[in-house]
Parts: sequence; structure tokens; C-alpha cells
Amino acid sequence: MLGYILRRLLATIPVLLIVAVLVFLMLRLTPGDPAAVIAGDNATSEQIAMIRSRLGLDQPILTQFLIWSGNLLSGNFGESFFFKKTVAELIVGRLEPTVSLALTTIVIAVLVAVPLGVLAAYKHGTWIDRVVMGFSVLGFSVPVFVIGYALIYVFAITLNWLPIQGYQSISGGFRGFLQRLILPSLTLSVIYIALIARMTRASVLEVLGEDYIRTARAKGQVERKILFRHALKNAAVPIVTVIGIGVALLIGGVVVTESVFSIPGLGRLTVDAVLARDYPTIQAVILLFSVVYIAINLCVDLAYTLFDPRIRY
Amino acid sequence: MSAKPAILAPATPSPTLAPGFAVWRRLFRQPSVLIGGGVLLVMLFIAMLAPALGTIDPSAINPAFRNRVPGVERTIRQDDGSSATFRHRMGTDSLGRDVYSRVIYGARVSLIIGVSVAAISLAIGLVLGLVAGYVRWLDGAIMRLMDGLMAIPAILLAIAVVSLFRAGLGAVIVAITVPEIPRVVRLVRSIVLSVREEPYVEAAIMAGTPTPKLMVRHILPNTVAPLIVQGTFICASAMLVEAILSFLGIGIPPETPTWGNIMAEGRNLFRIYPHNILYPGIFLALTVLAVNMLGDGLRDTLDPKMAGR
Repeated sequence: MLGYILRRLLATIPVLLIVAVLVFLMLRLTPGDPAAVIAGDNATSEQIAMIRSRLGLDQPILTQFLIWSGNLLSGNFGESFFFKKTVAELIVGRLEPTVSLALTTIVIAVLVAVPLGVLAAYKHGTWIDRVVMGFSVLGFSVPVFVIGYALIYVFAITLNWLPIQGYQSISGGFRGFLQRLILPSLTLSVIYIALIARMTRASVLEVLGEDYIRTARAKGQVERKILFRHALKNAAVPIVTVIGIGVALLIGGVVVTESVFSIPGLGRLTVDAVLARDYPTIQAVILLFSVVYIAINLCVDLAYTLFDPRIRY
Repeated sequence: MSAKPAILAPATPSPTLAPGFAVWRRLFRQPSVLIGGGVLLVMLFIAMLAPALGTIDPSAINPAFRNRVPGVERTIRQDDGSSATFRHRMGTDSLGRDVYSRVIYGARVSLIIGVSVAAISLAIGLVLGLVAGYVRWLDGAIMRLMDGLMAIPAILLAIAVVSLFRAGLGAVIVAITVPEIPRVVRLVRSIVLSVREEPYVEAAIMAGTPTPKLMVRHILPNTVAPLIVQGTFICASAMLVEAILSFLGIGIPPETPTWGNIMAEGRNLFRIYPHNILYPGIFLALTVLAVNMLGDGLRDTLDPKMAGR
């Protein structure tokens, strides 16, 4: 097992390296001189020259990459040209809203989607199944921000139950924190629910045809236990996998949802950075999100043994 | 969005499209193919006939007629002195542009983007996938590059690519295409790898069939059905990503009527005039839904093993 974890960790290194190279090359692929791009339209040629030597742009490209990745490893993501702060500071300041939003969304999505998927598989072919599947296709088809505005319109404007936009730190009171987090999390969870419910249904449906399910029924086991103990547990591996893969969707959704609800998180930062052409920040945010995505899927891989003891490494 | 095709794509190659009517007959019996295809056809006609559908110039600004509710009528004075009334079916936006005309013309951009992203990513992915699956020494390099691209969440990758170019239709198409390519490459490669173990392919190799002919005659046909299915899902996801990019203000320039742009414009006054988000939202969701249904139906027909999943 330990050997497997080690091997799996080592296997992520090439992927991380390629992501780093791609993100590094991003700035070099911009048309024109990156130093001039960074300096902005009103920069003097001295300023451009200064930026060029500070970024090491006068060095050979391989040296540049080594300097850049060395800085990254020591936590130096460079300096934001737009926000006038180091990128690391900027990211730390934006971490809390995004993490809260993502975690609440995952919890809501799993709690709703898994039972829904199990139910749809159990009631296979009935109207319940069709409603769940219909919802799932619909969830993939309605853009995140339209869902967000629809929820705002109903729950914040018409019913006046929840605040329209904004974010309150958890240190400023749990109630306000939660109140402002409900609508964004619901918005974001729709597509995630669609994805997980669909996979749960397919996976459970396959397991329900197995012999041990028939055996469980024959011995008089109650249906609820058959579904959640026998079927769901055996169907867990694909479901957990899709939860991990779905994190990519979640990250994309975070960017949009934070813009809709004016949440000052990493997603909002990404959009602001792109609008300001603040390349060091864009690079850092993309790297960070990719590393998180890779790490989560690594954990999912390692978690397989928990769900299926037959899997041995 | 883009994670879905990756999961639902068949792991094993599906049976080759049987020539003849059998497949078509089965296709036309699928309700989701009929409904999805029908709605899509209507959208296509709307896009093509946009000038004839009672629209006015979708970019024409009218400062005196801003933020009007749907159904309001406006008198237009013609050059010859006569006047006509024009009804703003979906109201006007904060620059006084006719939302109905913008929504109708917006269908063009969405469809163009959906189709071209699907076509380009399938073409590039097919070539790379064939090479990776067939040329052993290139396999590792191509697949590692694809792994790296797939490790960056799709929308972020698109945002990153868009930030490199001047905003425009071409840049947006490139930005949405890049994240889709790795999934196509993986699909094609997995098909090639399993097909080349088939006895008939081995027989063809033994018989001395030249590689290009082997590819075209024996391997390529196996990729057609899965690629068609994958293409529809890419098309749906591309239209959504375009709307997201436009909505965030980093997509196609705001004066171009796209569904995402109309909604982006409607954001600020959403509390008072929700129709600017409602109408384009409905059109977009309906179109994407139609494409997704078509894709599901195609997959069920072309790959019966996946039916109903």
C-alpha cells in the first residue's frame, strides 16, 4: 500500500511538470514582448528594460524556466502588476470564500445526488427515474449564471428570504456567513448534482443485477439496506471517481458563481486578472487550481481501497 | 460541461456503423433524437433567417429608448416622412438596443461556435489520437502533453488562452477548442489500441496492406460513431463555455450580439429588468438541451451497450 502511494505520488510529477511548462509558456506565447505586455501601454523603454531583466527575460528560455519554477517552489509567485501586491498575498486573501463555497457545494451535491441516483436506479423505468434523468440533462444544459440569477430572482428578490449578493467571512458570524453562502452553493451544485446523480444511477443499476443482491433479497433483507449497504457500496468506485473528475467542473463554476454573487474569492480574482491582463496572477491561479485538481484526484485514487477491499495495491 | 463526455464516452469501441437504412431507422425511432434534432433545426432556421424574422439592426443604439419592458411599441420615422411602429417583443437593453433582434442574431454566433469547435477539436484530436495509437515512439510524448492539458480545468484553460489574444470570434473558438482536444485524443487512441489487436487488422497487416490504407479502411471507420457522439457533447459544452466567457466580459466583443453578451449586458439592471437575462438564457438552455438530447439519442442508437445510462 505504501509503495503504491509512493508510486502514485511520483506519477503525478510529470503531469505537474507539464502543467508548469504550459503555464510558463503561456506568457511567452503572447504576441509581442512579454515585458512590454506586463509594463502596460504607458511604460517607458527603461521600465520595460527593467522588467525584462527583473523577470530574467534576457536569459535563455531554459534558464528562465528554472528560475521561474525555483521561485514557485519557494512560494514566490511573483508580483501582481495590477493589484500592487505579491501574488501569494493576493491568493491567501482570497482563499476563504472560495474554499467555503466549494466545500458547501460538494456537501450539498453529494447529499442530494447520491440518494437521487440510487432512487432513480431502484425505480428504473418509472416516472421518478425519468424526472431524475431529465433534471440531469437539464442541469448540463442551463448555464451556471442563469441558474444563479433565477435563484436570486426567486429567493432574494421576490421572496426576500436571503441576501442578494456578497460574502461575509465566517469570523463575522456564522449565521450571516451561511445565509450568503446558500444561494451560491445551490447554484454551483446543480451541474455537480446532475453529474453525480447520473453516474450513481448508472453504477447502481449495474450492481442491482448482481447475484448477491438477489441473495440479499432472498434472505429477506430490507430494501433500504440492500440499496445502501449492498448496492451502493459496490457501486461506489465509479461514483467517487466522478466526484473527483467533477471538481474540474466545480472550479470552472466557481469562477462564474463568484462573479454572479460578487464573492471576493479566487474565481473573481481570475476574472479580474484576465481583464487587467495581470499575467503573474493568471499563471498562479491556474497553477493553484490545477494542483488542487490533481491532488484531489490522487486522493480519490487512493480512496478506492476504502470502498472496495478487493482493490489491492 | 466538458467532464461529461469524458465519462460517458464508451470505453470500448462501438460496432461500426452498419451501412444502409437500419441505423437511420433506429435513429428516427429515438424520441430524444427527434426532439433534439427538431429543436436544433428550428434554431438553425432562426439563425439563417434572422434578417427576415422582423428584426432590426441588433447593434443599433437608441439612447431615447433604453431599458424598456417587453412588448413596448416605438414609432420609427422613415426617411420619406412616413412613420411605422416597431414592437420591441423582448424590450430593449440599457443602450436601447432591441433585445429580440439581438437574441435572434445571437443564435448565429452560438451555432457557429458550437459547430466549429466540435469540428476542429474532432479533426485535431483524430489526427493526434491516430498517431498516438499507431506510432509507438510518439505515444508517450503526445499522451503526457494531453495529461497536462487535462489537468487544467477546462474553463480555466479557456480563460487562459483567451487572455493571450485580442478578443474576437477566432480567439474564442481557439480557447474553447484547446481544452476539448485531449478528450478526443484519448478516445481515438483507445479505439485504435483495441482495434489493432482485432484479427482482421492483424490479417490486413500480414497481407502487407500499406499503413495509410490500413488506417483509412480498417481503423478510421471504427472511430466514426463514437466521434459523432463525442462531437455533439463538445458542441453543447462549447456553446455554454462561449456564453460563460462572454458573460464574464472576456469573450466576444460586447457589441456583437451573442446570448452571453446580452446576458452580460443585462447583469447590472437585473433586479429591475430580468428579461435581459431571461430570454437569451431560455434560448441558450433550449439549444444546449437539444444538442445534449441529440447526443444521448445518438449514443443509445450507435452504442446499444450504453443505452439508457
